[in-house]
Amino acid sequence: MKAYFGRRYMLSASHRLHSDALSADENRAAYGKCNNPHGHGHNYIVEVMAGGKVDPQTGMVVNLTVMDEVVRTRVLDRFDHSNLNQDLLFTQTVPTTENLCKAVYELLAGSLDPAQLIQVRVEETENNFFEYSGEAS
Amino acid sequence: MVFLTRRATFSASHYYWNDAWPAEKNEQVFGRCANRNGHGHNYTLEVTVAGVPDPVTGFVVDLKWLKDVIERDVLAAYDHRHLNLEVPEFSGKIPTSENIAVESWRRLEPAVTGAGGARLSRVRVYETPDIFAEYRGEQ
Repeated sequence: MKAYFGRRYMLSASHRLHSDALSADENRAAYGKCNNPHGHGHNYIVEVMAGGKVDPQTGMVVNLTVMDEVVRTRVLDRFDHSNLNQDLLFTQTVPTTENLCKAVYELLAGSLDPAQLIQVRVEETENNFFEYSGEAS
Repeated sequence: MVFLTRRATFSASHYYWNDAWPAEKNEQVFGRCANRNGHGHNYTLEVTVAGVPDPVTGFVVDLKWLKDVIERDVLAAYDHRHLNLEVPEFSGKIPTSENIAVESWRRLEPAVTGAGGARLSRVRVYETPDIFAEYRGEQ
């Protein structure tokens, strides 16, 4: 019996959207207020969804405490109260929330055994969010 | 194909306990959820059906009908109940959010399929605003 389990976490971080491949004018045109040289911040909601067999012994797809520990050590400890632009993952890519969503997925992939990581959703504000389910989908 | 979701809420108590295990293992695996006096949640149930809108009514299903089905087949059994002690399917099965999603599906599927037109696509159960489980009818 396959089911899914999801959990929402919050992390607060700052970022600046700026591409070295673009001129100053092009950066301002592309990113607007988000190009402010001093950066700005968000309370990001990170929603992690795992899928797998419901263990008949526990009734669980994955134990919540296992997911909490994995997400804390791999994602929250890394990004919470940080400047995303300074993270090694964003030296070559702009820390848009699209790229943050992909980065969170890659950091968590394969770590929720025996469940599989199905999807990561990152909500940047109440009005915009991004989802990533791996390259295959 | 259009997906239509109806949300409903119910409040219930439960605990997590596997009778095949000693108390120490239950407490280790389930933590505070193993408290045999139980604890409770305000659950939110999201029921999603999929279908082609009827050319006359424009409905995938009538929302009022779906609301009534959810109330009759799920809420009447689960709302303001102790799930372990008062709901038959949880007498031998731990009422985790995963299992509540699976069992809610089982309760809803005959009425949705029997009505013709739409099929049950997804049942999602929020235990708190930040914790949810989902069942999509997969084996």
